[in-house]
Amino acid sequence: MRRSLGALPLLVFVGLAFGIPAIAMVAGAFTPGLDNLALTLQGGYLLALLNSVKLSAVVAVLGAVLGTFLAQAVVTSRSTALREAVLTASGVLANFGGVPLAFFWVATLGNAGVVSGLLGLPSGTLFSFWGLALVYLYFAVPLMVLVIAPALDGLRPQWREAAANNGATTWHYWRHVGLPVLTPGLLGGVVLLFGSAFAAYATASAMGAGTVLPLVTLKIAAALSGDVQTGFENVGLALSLDMVLVAALVMAVYLPLQRRSTRWLQ
Amino acid sequence: MTTLAPVAPVPETVPTGQARPSRSRLWRGVVLALAGLYFLVPLGASFWFTIYNETTGVSFAPYLELWTAEGFASSLLLSLGLAVATIVLVPLLTLPAMITVRLAAPRLRPVMEVVCTLPLVVPPITFVAGISKSLQVGGEVLAPTPFWATLIAIQDQDFPLVLVFVYVILVLPFVYRSLDAGLRTMDVRTLVEAARNLGASWPHVLFRVIVPNLRSALASASFLTLALVLGEYTVASILGYQPFAVWIVTISGSKGQLSVAVSVLSLLLTWLLLLTISGGTRGRRPA
Repeated sequence: MRRSLGALPLLVFVGLAFGIPAIAMVAGAFTPGLDNLALTLQGGYLLALLNSVKLSAVVAVLGAVLGTFLAQAVVTSRSTALREAVLTASGVLANFGGVPLAFFWVATLGNAGVVSGLLGLPSGTLFSFWGLALVYLYFAVPLMVLVIAPALDGLRPQWREAAANNGATTWHYWRHVGLPVLTPGLLGGVVLLFGSAFAAYATASAMGAGTVLPLVTLKIAAALSGDVQTGFENVGLALSLDMVLVAALVMAVYLPLQRRSTRWLQ
Repeated sequence: MTTLAPVAPVPETVPTGQARPSRSRLWRGVVLALAGLYFLVPLGASFWFTIYNETTGVSFAPYLELWTAEGFASSLLLSLGLAVATIVLVPLLTLPAMITVRLAAPRLRPVMEVVCTLPLVVPPITFVAGISKSLQVGGEVLAPTPFWATLIAIQDQDFPLVLVFVYVILVLPFVYRSLDAGLRTMDVRTLVEAARNLGASWPHVLFRVIVPNLRSALASASFLTLALVLGEYTVASILGYQPFAVWIVTISGSKGQLSVAVSVLSLLLTWLLLLTISGGTRGRRPA
């Protein structure tokens, strides 16, 4: 017991700062009974949950595909400067989400935006499902570049040469060598992107997206602040529990995948 | 970078052997051009938005107005204060635990991994939902006890400690990973045993032996924490405090140009912070 004393402060801290809210959330979600949880699975709440899942799935898949293409373009180019520039920029943009991201896009494609003015886009274009997806991709694609670039680096040129020597075309090489090696990394990236888009709140909130595209994070915030009706706080907690379950499921897929993909990167 | 040097001894039986390099250069150009368009246009457009409007023409007024804007200094100071408190607290909690795991209690390692990864699974909005419920219930339950004062104190508007606690949990996965990588590069057991044999006390070992060796890992963890806390909106806005990110949203309604100008500056700041991290870690690698 004495030997693990050094770990005590951290464990106690996490137990208090993380454990108490977790218990409060679960307890609140089940008060009274299953009513709140049942409520979150119907009507407007279910719609918000489905919207969030749909948006995150679209962002995850598109972000993964586009990010992989971008990473491949950078990895195969022989310019070190380009590589450094793109990877640094990806590091910044992947960490940059939140409020400023929302304002960038509002200034660009919002109703009084610079580019929407030039293109003559109808007002409200940005404030739609695909508009929000476009905004989310701004942090999803760089995140994918960061995740997948090491895996792409791990594809040995010798494999490609060997495949070519055996008469394989580019398509054969990708179909039978490249993609199978990349699969865990790609899937891991999709899952990570899904999780980050699913959890995003600040961007959508700052854009004022709640009225055009209800998302589960926005619903939770509304329920907590009592905007809707008092006494709906526990519905917010029930929605939170739904979210944590989805996120936990996602992580349960991600962690083993990540472990598998690192095997190729030695 | 010799990753994809052109395949020299391609047999003549591969008909596309000559065409391949130029074709791949073409698609690479297209991909990079599209990416450049997508990522640079919003930056350029935002900047133009801040310096131009139809009545006054081009002017850099928003960038000057910013410094005197109401709430700017106080919200920025609050964010910086919260960041510093988080940066100090996280290593104080994690370092002793991580060293303990390495030296005395290897069986705790899986526990540590789970504890430090868990916050990644929980979206901040659900975490803050639990926090606000706890504070509310805690207020009702603790009202007649001396703990009531503590509960009020951690929710002080001028310096909400409750936000520091939340931020410590939110940055835990990143700090853990960074410090773990740092600790891997040194032989903790030998260093600690040598120091202990020479009569050093535990605090002495921690601050004079371990910490100096972890300088770059600690620095990068700190910068990451700073970037995260400065940009944090979800938790602070729901709990009703007004640090930097919340302030930007508050002013965006009345001062659109100003809020975008702050966004441009905060991108530059994030950029600078992360460049410092990568510069710091790269500089130490050859040593």
